[in-house]
Amino acid sequence: MSLLEVQDLSVSLKTAHGLQDVIHHINFSMDAGETLGIVGESGCGKSIFALALMSLLPTDSQTKGKIILEGQDVLGLNSTQICSIRGNRIGMIFQEPMTALNPVQKIGAQIGESIRLHLKFSRKQTLERVTELMDKVGLPISRFPLNLYPHQLSGGQRQRVMIAMAIACNPTILIADEPTTALDVTVQEQILDLIRDLADSSGMALIMISHDLGVIAQTTQRVMVMYTGNIVEMGDTVDVFQNMCHPYTHGLFSAIPHVSASTDSKRKRLTSIPGQVPELHNRPAGCNFADRCPRASHKCRKNEPPATRVSDHHRVWCYHPLHQFESK
Amino acid sequence: MFRTLAEILGHGLKNRSFVIGGMMSMLFFMVAFLSYFWTPYPVENINIAEKLLTPSSKYLLGTDHFGRDILSMLIKGAQNSIIVAFVAIGIGIGFGVPLGLTAAARKGWVDELIMRFNDLTFAFPALISAIMITAILGPGSVNSIIAIGIFNVPVFARVARGAALSIWKREFILAARSAGKGQFKISLEHVLPNIASMLIVQATIQFALGILAEAGLSYLGLGTQPPMPSWGKMLNEAQTFMYFAPQLAIYPGIAIALTVLGLNLFGDGLRDVLDPKLRRSR
Repeated sequence: MSLLEVQDLSVSLKTAHGLQDVIHHINFSMDAGETLGIVGESGCGKSIFALALMSLLPTDSQTKGKIILEGQDVLGLNSTQICSIRGNRIGMIFQEPMTALNPVQKIGAQIGESIRLHLKFSRKQTLERVTELMDKVGLPISRFPLNLYPHQLSGGQRQRVMIAMAIACNPTILIADEPTTALDVTVQEQILDLIRDLADSSGMALIMISHDLGVIAQTTQRVMVMYTGNIVEMGDTVDVFQNMCHPYTHGLFSAIPHVSASTDSKRKRLTSIPGQVPELHNRPAGCNFADRCPRASHKCRKNEPPATRVSDHHRVWCYHPLHQFESK
Repeated sequence: MFRTLAEILGHGLKNRSFVIGGMMSMLFFMVAFLSYFWTPYPVENINIAEKLLTPSSKYLLGTDHFGRDILSMLIKGAQNSIIVAFVAIGIGIGFGVPLGLTAAARKGWVDELIMRFNDLTFAFPALISAIMITAILGPGSVNSIIAIGIFNVPVFARVARGAALSIWKREFILAARSAGKGQFKISLEHVLPNIASMLIVQATIQFALGILAEAGLSYLGLGTQPPMPSWGKMLNEAQTFMYFAPQLAIYPGIAIALTVLGLNLFGDGLRDVLDPKLRRSR
């Protein structure tokens, strides 16, 4: 049995134009200890997907399908049961360490909270566990006493506190929603190393959400490329990165600026994907990427492309993938 | 942004209305505290022979129509004002803040119900309703406390709800929810500490209003009953002697005005000190 199985998950959010589909029939499964990357540009539904996994979406949204965590359908649970899963079996790290910590609560108390809540530890046990966690995330309490307030820490240190909070109860899945986007590059590297090490050593499954392909390449075994709430390509990270098939994935890669490009005598313009993400209430009938795709044909605008098998684990949802391969 | 008490005081000392208002309020509290141990003369002492005296070295502010020492009555009246306003605020915070927090946390029909009920309470002028309540329950200082307290409830509910709603949108609340906390725990441990400064400021303003309301009710004879002196009642009694002993009305009037002014200045200053975003640029 897989650790997490998402079956036909669709999410609609309430907007000014009524209920709009934000995530569209997503299927995937994940084993314990596996690392999965979710990549895509802003507004592709990455973060909504993460919130859906935690059942943290606004109450006026609609979620269909199944999210099966260790054999239990999360969407069928009542709020008390969900609270006992959040923070206990799934931990989450947020993008903005500056705002994701309570400004008027000491960091020790913030880390200890979920331990007391879920594991019902005594005060002394909690203190021991918090000390151990602080060590794990690289903030030894000899230098970072537990009575510090978040504003006394730097962005990277705060993100470490966030991580300690997320892994406090040894969750089976850790969701990291753009954990390094708000940090500068050197700190980014340290935080990624830390997250990867923690996932490796504790056997946690990791869902890394990012728009940064470098981050995904560094931290994950499998990757899921999302566009407008659909999976467009999915497979082993190495395979997808070396042998990308979807024009969108290719577009994302070409959009990475290269240092050599700017030091060349003839400076090249930065590449971008033409056009914009279609608005929620104005999604085309066929493939959502068709309007921005250099390879789009009449067929793309009429029907949504089905999954095509590239290799064992690699799938692409496109009629005209970049590489031709025998279809089965 | 959280700062230590010392930092808050440091900022406060640079704020003129905080300092002046703080000093006036402090004087008021000290006088009230003093009255528990000492007043120049016992306020129950009726001495008709020495009625309506003008200020002298024996009676610093003179005496009233029963020959009671005005200064003693003012001092004792401060104590009375504080008790009434304090308990009334306690009622307002005790019921209003939980209601506001609940409304902000639950949203939907719970929010609607609480806030519309608030609006209903607001629709009646506070003093008129307080008169109504004391008319039903009977005059007396306990009933005036209840009446004033009831009208503090929607004020605090509204302030708490508004502030809590903005806190609920912050990311650390999402983080707390992702840690598996329920609405109740989040409201208590994350929302309340973050809106405390706003509630404290509101409390100082309501305190001033409470003193005014108590004076108003006592003036109408619905509040504090004799022999306990009250500034409002002193005003009422002075009315009869307005032409030949105007000082009887002037002293309690000044006491009320200065106290309310001091508390309002203090509240204003405190708000500026606690919330740097609201601080006026000079």
